[in-house]
Amino acid sequence: MIVRILGEAQYEVPDDHQGDLDALDAALVKAVDSGDEAAFLVALRALADDVRKKGQLLADDDFVPSHLVVPFADSSLEETRQLLADARPDEG
Amino acid sequence: MSVMKRLSGIVQAKTNKLLDKAEDPRESLDLSYQKQLESLQKVRRSVADVTTAKKRIELQATQIQQQADKLQQQAKAALSQGNEDLAREALARRAALADQLADLQTQHQQVAAQEAKLIDTAKKLQAQVDAFRTKKETMKATYTAAEAQTKIGEAVSGISESMSDAGMSIQRAQDKIDSMQARAGAMDELLASGALTNLNQPVDDIQAQLDKVQATDAVDNELAAMKAELAADSPSGELPAAPTGATAVEAPSDGAAS
Repeated sequence: MIVRILGEAQYEVPDDHQGDLDALDAALVKAVDSGDEAAFLVALRALADDVRKKGQLLADDDFVPSHLVVPFADSSLEETRQLLADARPDEG
Repeated sequence: MSVMKRLSGIVQAKTNKLLDKAEDPRESLDLSYQKQLESLQKVRRSVADVTTAKKRIELQATQIQQQADKLQQQAKAALSQGNEDLAREALARRAALADQLADLQTQHQQVAAQEAKLIDTAKKLQAQVDAFRTKKETMKATYTAAEAQTKIGEAVSGISESMSDAGMSIQRAQDKIDSMQARAGAMDELLASGALTNLNQPVDDIQAQLDKVQATDAVDNELAAMKAELAADSPSGELPAAPTGATAVEAPSDGAAS
């Protein structure tokens, strides 16, 4: 599957790695929901590092859409919340 | 819900807005390329903005540093005149400037970090623009109309997503730059008015006091020299006790007039 890290790059991550990604994502969700900044930073870094490590960086001329998107790897909890809140209003 | 899936949906929504639904999928390749070029222009403008913001902070820091150096010298001058209170005042004001300077240095680091990120975004986008320019021609030449529908659709979605990402990166940097520019603007006003840093007036204050002491010293020296001169002229070796004659009468009236 294709995973994009915002502001960085796209990676092709093997499909059998989905379970690990889900676990890391769950930790991130938990940190966002609880508002635990420290836990958030750790979880975000762990997720981004995992995508970089397990994924294969796409070439400049690979133009494909992503299945999953990781927030800016250096973003704060507040910034990520705002990013996620961006969701609904501007459809169409 | 998964952060990555939610974010994917958000990026998708932004990307859909960028997509041009051309009748001919090949045409949409050219439209995407045009948008990519526009996107690149936007990043470059942002880089120019952030560089300007950085220079502005550097200029402010230089001004404050100069004032701090001046206060330091004035403190030394005051101390050499034996005026410890004035020296203390100068050093206290210098300490306040040091705080401002530290704050500016932090801002400078932040602006420099944003600049580096934007330059990186511009580089990546440039690489994609170059790659896409060749690829779109190859795609137009190779795919049949039927293939083009899906293959080109995917490529256009992919390139549009990259543009969304670049757009979000620019927005992110721009937000940070805006708040820093607001602070830089406030600093400019404070520098101009002297209110926050007490830059102009107090420095002049201290200078005025230093000058006054110097002037007093000069007057004292002159007086002493005059006294010595008069003492040498007088046969008795002393100043005349009372005015005798026209010249002596003139002197006090000069003094009263001035």
